[in-house]
Amino acid sequence: MSLHKLTLCELQKQFKTGEVTATEIVRAYFLRISQVEPKVKAFVTQAKESASLQAEVLDRKLKAWRKIAPLTGMPLAIKDNICTDGVPTTCSSRMLQNFIPPYDATTVAKLRAQEYLLLGKTNLDEFAMGSSTENSAFGPSRNPWNLHCVPGGSSGGSAAAVAAEECVAALGSDTGGSIRQPAAFCGVVGLKPTYGRVSRYGLVAFASSLDQIGPITRDVPDAAFLLQAIAGHDPMDSTSVDRSVPDYMKALQKRDLKTLKIGVPVEFFTEGLDTDVEQAVRAAIGELKNLGADIREIRLPSTGAAVAVYYVIATAEASSNLARFDGVKFGFRAKETKDLLELYLKTRQEGFGPEVKRRIMLGTYVLSAGYYDAYYGKAQAVRTLVCQDFAAAFKEVDLIVTPATPTPAFKLGEKSEDPLQMYLSDIFTISVNLAGLPAIALPCGFSKTGLPIGVQLIGRAFEEETVLRAAHAYEQSTHWHLKKPMIR
Amino acid sequence: MEITQQDVEKVAQLARLAVSAAEKETFAKQLTQILAHVDTLNQYDTTGIEPTATVMGQANVFREDLVRPSLPSDKALANAPEREADGFVVPKILEER
Repeated sequence: MSLHKLTLCELQKQFKTGEVTATEIVRAYFLRISQVEPKVKAFVTQAKESASLQAEVLDRKLKAWRKIAPLTGMPLAIKDNICTDGVPTTCSSRMLQNFIPPYDATTVAKLRAQEYLLLGKTNLDEFAMGSSTENSAFGPSRNPWNLHCVPGGSSGGSAAAVAAEECVAALGSDTGGSIRQPAAFCGVVGLKPTYGRVSRYGLVAFASSLDQIGPITRDVPDAAFLLQAIAGHDPMDSTSVDRSVPDYMKALQKRDLKTLKIGVPVEFFTEGLDTDVEQAVRAAIGELKNLGADIREIRLPSTGAAVAVYYVIATAEASSNLARFDGVKFGFRAKETKDLLELYLKTRQEGFGPEVKRRIMLGTYVLSAGYYDAYYGKAQAVRTLVCQDFAAAFKEVDLIVTPATPTPAFKLGEKSEDPLQMYLSDIFTISVNLAGLPAIALPCGFSKTGLPIGVQLIGRAFEEETVLRAAHAYEQSTHWHLKKPMIR
Repeated sequence: MEITQQDVEKVAQLARLAVSAAEKETFAKQLTQILAHVDTLNQYDTTGIEPTATVMGQANVFREDLVRPSLPSDKALANAPEREADGFVVPKILEER
């Protein structure tokens, strides 16, 4: 079997026993990339030379002394808003087109310590602002299941690369659904960990109270395996939480769900939900019931507020975070400016794309004198209501199951002229970020047009084990994750 | 609330963004539409509700004041759009009298 067909856990087993070498892995993946990448366009930067060199060195070293960490020799892709020392990190923005980070993000440093192989950096909506990768300054990525459709966003490149088997697994980041929505659109698994579970150090900040890095993988065990490598407290991120990291692979062993109560929030099954999606998700809920889970209807009454709360809080934080791009210390600088003010104005006008500007302006507006209380203060208070909804629900149930997205992947260009419609496509994922909870999206069927559909499982804070265990039990009893796209 | 092109201009100035005439028009329309959606938050009664800024409830996090290795200046300056010796070059800020 071709190496690119193996899951992370399968490839790791073969590598550990010496059945395959790092050089063979890199060769197989770059062959695959050369075949499908011209159609999928998942990468901003391919790291063929450094990966090949790294693989050679690794193989030689392992001949002398066979010491292998879980991710040694594993070919991964990293979203291009996560800093990689010496490898360009562009955020798919003209602003950072030539930026080469002088340090690794903590997640990347952890992978590097295990001697993983970096295949490349994946495309995203500029500064992770978007739901389709159409906001990338370098052009959109495509959905491997249908090249006329978007892969979702903002981690669309990572999800497309995993679905197209251009890497064994990838890292993404999730601020309002940016891991789960593209995972659902591309028929792969995406996990957003609890806020604070994974270090944000070296993740280019978008909305600091919501951002979280997580794995995008081919199946649930791979997500557990990769989460294991990146989770944990980091003194460099003051919002990361000092709490021991459990054994996530061990959590998968318990198969039946008899002790689990799973809530179905009525607010997620209303108008606007695509009928194919509803059917697939209802069937998934039926399967969870067959596996022994106690399914109950629950209410999350503030669900309808989530998108509005998000677009106030996230843009407010973004307007502040993106103030650092001023053309002075790094990144793009506009030419021929007469004074410092003009340097700022022109650098930011030419360096940022339209969606980033729109969000900076919205964020600046809601924080400005006279509007702060009406918008920002109000949104923060409603955020509390969203958190309280979840807290009340989790007194009754252990998990919540919802559709990951209201529709399957939409067509390129379908929503790019209408920001509000684009924002509303994140309606099922956003409230999870507002409450800082862990959630996974995994395949649960296909639309009549052959596009993947994702189901979302949401857990209590720091209960990734329960989320993964239920997702794994479901995955084991279905075959959706085994279907692969014909890329044409 | 309707966002006018003058509002856009003012906000753009605060955000240090230059905007073209066409952008002013588009942004005014789009921001009006988005803020109309945001106004739906007024349906939610938040009397006496504490605002949430961060969810895990951390307060200030302190560390020991220790000397640690830091980025060498050459590496820190490597991405500078314009540099001179060990500094970033910027347009002149102070006017001559």
